[in-house]
Amino acid sequence: MSAPTRVPSRPPAPRPAPAAPRDYHFPRFEQHQLANGLRLVVAPVAKLPLITAVALVEAGATQEPEGKEGVATLTAQMLLEGAAGLDGAALADRFERIGASVEAYADWDVAAVTLSAMSSRLPEALALVRDLLREPTFPEREVARLRDERLAELLQQLAEPRGLADEQFSRALYEPHARYALPADGATNTVSALAVDDVRAFYQARYQPSAVTLVFAGDVTMAQVAALVEPLFGDWTGTPTADRRMAPDAAQPGRLLRVVAKSDAPQSEVRVGHIGLPRRTPDYFGVLVMNAVLGGLFSSRINLNLRETHGYTYGAFSSFEWRRAAGPFVVNTAVKSDVTGDAVREILNEIDRMRSDRIGSDELTLATSYLDGVFPIRYETTGAIAGALASLIIHRLPDDYYDRYREHVRGVSAADVLAAAQTHLHPDRLRVLVVGDPAVVITPLRQVTGMTADVVAIADAEAGE
Amino acid sequence: MEIPIETYSLDNGLRVVLSEDHTAPLVAVNLWYHVGSANERPGRTGFAHLFEHMLFQGSESVGANEHFELVQRAGGTLNGSTWLDRTNYFETVPSNQLELAIWLEANRMGYLLPAMTQQKLDTQRDVVQNERRWSMDNQPYGSWWEKLPALCFPMDHPFHHSLIGSMADLDAASLEDIAHFFTTYYTPDNAVLSIAGDFDAGATRAMVSHHFGPIPRGGAKPPLPDMDVPPTFGEPLREVVHDDVMLPRLFLVFRSPVFGSAPYYAASVAGAVLGLRKGSRLHRALVREQQVAAEAQAFTYDLTKGSDLLVVDVTARPETSAETLERTVNAEIDRMLRDGVTQAEVDRAVALIETDLIVALQSAGDRADRLSMYTTYFGDPHLVNVQADRYRAVTAEQVNVFVRERLVPENRASLLYVPRDSDVAPAQGDLAMAETP
Repeated sequence: MSAPTRVPSRPPAPRPAPAAPRDYHFPRFEQHQLANGLRLVVAPVAKLPLITAVALVEAGATQEPEGKEGVATLTAQMLLEGAAGLDGAALADRFERIGASVEAYADWDVAAVTLSAMSSRLPEALALVRDLLREPTFPEREVARLRDERLAELLQQLAEPRGLADEQFSRALYEPHARYALPADGATNTVSALAVDDVRAFYQARYQPSAVTLVFAGDVTMAQVAALVEPLFGDWTGTPTADRRMAPDAAQPGRLLRVVAKSDAPQSEVRVGHIGLPRRTPDYFGVLVMNAVLGGLFSSRINLNLRETHGYTYGAFSSFEWRRAAGPFVVNTAVKSDVTGDAVREILNEIDRMRSDRIGSDELTLATSYLDGVFPIRYETTGAIAGALASLIIHRLPDDYYDRYREHVRGVSAADVLAAAQTHLHPDRLRVLVVGDPAVVITPLRQVTGMTADVVAIADAEAGE
Repeated sequence: MEIPIETYSLDNGLRVVLSEDHTAPLVAVNLWYHVGSANERPGRTGFAHLFEHMLFQGSESVGANEHFELVQRAGGTLNGSTWLDRTNYFETVPSNQLELAIWLEANRMGYLLPAMTQQKLDTQRDVVQNERRWSMDNQPYGSWWEKLPALCFPMDHPFHHSLIGSMADLDAASLEDIAHFFTTYYTPDNAVLSIAGDFDAGATRAMVSHHFGPIPRGGAKPPLPDMDVPPTFGEPLREVVHDDVMLPRLFLVFRSPVFGSAPYYAASVAGAVLGLRKGSRLHRALVREQQVAAEAQAFTYDLTKGSDLLVVDVTARPETSAETLERTVNAEIDRMLRDGVTQAEVDRAVALIETDLIVALQSAGDRADRLSMYTTYFGDPHLVNVQADRYRAVTAEQVNVFVRERLVPENRASLLYVPRDSDVAPAQGDLAMAETP
């Protein structure tokens, strides 16, 4: 099996230096508010004849009444199942025959209807969006169907180690009554109790014009959008009722080691972390850079250690989940079963090291120059631009947030990173959750963490131990 | 809607495609090598993909772990991927860092082997074996990636075997294999370099010549065995997999015309009529009306040699048995075979595909990848600009020709996943071929 050798005609050229950078501005956008309180945000981006429109509604999972967990998602999905005299199949057909895609969902903070279409089709598509936001019919049969589809998804998750680990990790972080303890789309016991009246009540309480922002990015101007929106939404009246939910992010105290038993699993799904920070924390940029160094980048400490040095995993990453209230800080990886204890030890060591020593300037500039340089690459599509604008609205960030983002990143120092690690990483509160083979993982995990393992059977996992 | 294209070749055979767009200060560099798992020799399944991992382990001028670090430090994104018949490597960087990306790709194409060590190979073997566990072995239904091509292509066909590879074959891979594969396939005349975004064409041509020019052309590639297969399976095929899953899931597969051929577009539209979004037949009938399925979709593999595969993928609801799932999915296919599709269905499918084609041209990375794809497979990057026309030209009659030829019972392969303890006949059952009620 010998092949001819292949030698280039000269040694490689030296590594080239960068040329002078070109300026970049996040797309300009304009805002406008209708008399009924409905807001418009429009970013004209004329590159291709496309438009993304997002209707944000203050109707996310954290606005649900207690005991109705899952109703925010079900209500959002039900918007597409019938409106203004059209049933769900007819609505889908109206969008699709003009090549438009529409999705409706709820996350922790808001509900959203996302439309992607050729810009020439915006008038027809937006009229349909108006119908489903203002005149949904909520047929009982479709409520039952979507509820059962969600229950099927929850059932499937019991056999899906990644989803199961994420869900169980949230239950391990938050007090059982905290909204963030349960999945955003609801858990089996709450979803199975939902009925059409719950959907109607949630819609009535939350889907009101002053709770809606329409975001547009693409081949369109504010004047065009305003001319379309005013006749469709200007005569919509009503006000949302007040939010009565308790704190979504109440914490369980102390450390914890929990193993969800999956016998003979070839790999362990590992989650290590604690409750993180709300999105509007003043330390956001310090934490962002700190996390990039710890586990946010491919070249981060945790990934290089677990993947490139030890070959324990295909990948290991850390993240802060940014929500209005404090979402999880989590290190996430899947490792070969017999190295589960070793992998957790390395993760704990990396968290300690982040808090004990100031990072070197090489590591600092890797993170800051990445976050700075990649900024324009993040906003190549109308979908990404609309998403960035939605995030401004959801988290009430300043209008010049994206204009100043890169200078904020560049302003983070090694001392800021150390302070962020010392203030916001909490070894004394770390909770370790593993979905894996108990016969293989429990002893090493006990040794590494010094904790007794709380073992949960998969059959009991959904009930929350 | 047309994107600008300039194309030429270096003396060593490297084909270069340039597409300028100055709307943002960023540029994508994308390199396709015309080699994939189909080129692996017996006993080395998974090698093309393991080799892709090794290309991120440094080269003569680039240290271990430095490839990722240099691109990220420059503010860029990067990755690579391996498929049955090609492997690609790509980065999107701020436009002032274009030469760094070109230099990195040229350095590993020309000067890889001095950086290869046994220790790097051993570590990446562990990483890839963990990738296999993560994506297949510890994932419900994960083995479909391996079982579907194995069911649909004959034993000795280059598309039959596993892309991720068996653990034993991965264990057997050696540094000698690395050197041989590199010297044989990672040559400029077996590659396409596409650059899309904000760059100056003259300066970029000079950079490409400077860094890739010294790399010599390769020798003859070992010929692939005959890829041709008959247009249908000849008889219904069926495999039942008992797995750690909660719900039955059926992959129903049809041999279909190869990607890029004239009849491919009709096949692709047929797939969209069946399973693209909520207005599709399978979603309407099985999810919305009969409520036997939780999810339903259809897609094509887009293979250019031998045969393409059209795949219908339907997951049951908890109360639906595997038999009912199989029967109702086949009944929908039978209905399409009997009655054909309507012009309105074709129009819906084409409208959605057309929007998707334009959406996919928004990012420089996707543009560059498509330019590399059309050049690698068909020698013509300009095909990117005629895809919407090709789809618009598809008629209901063309779709129905495809339906009549290919949705027949003798061209259906069923890969059926069932929960481990369930009792489903492993052999071909009558139910699977039941007539439409």
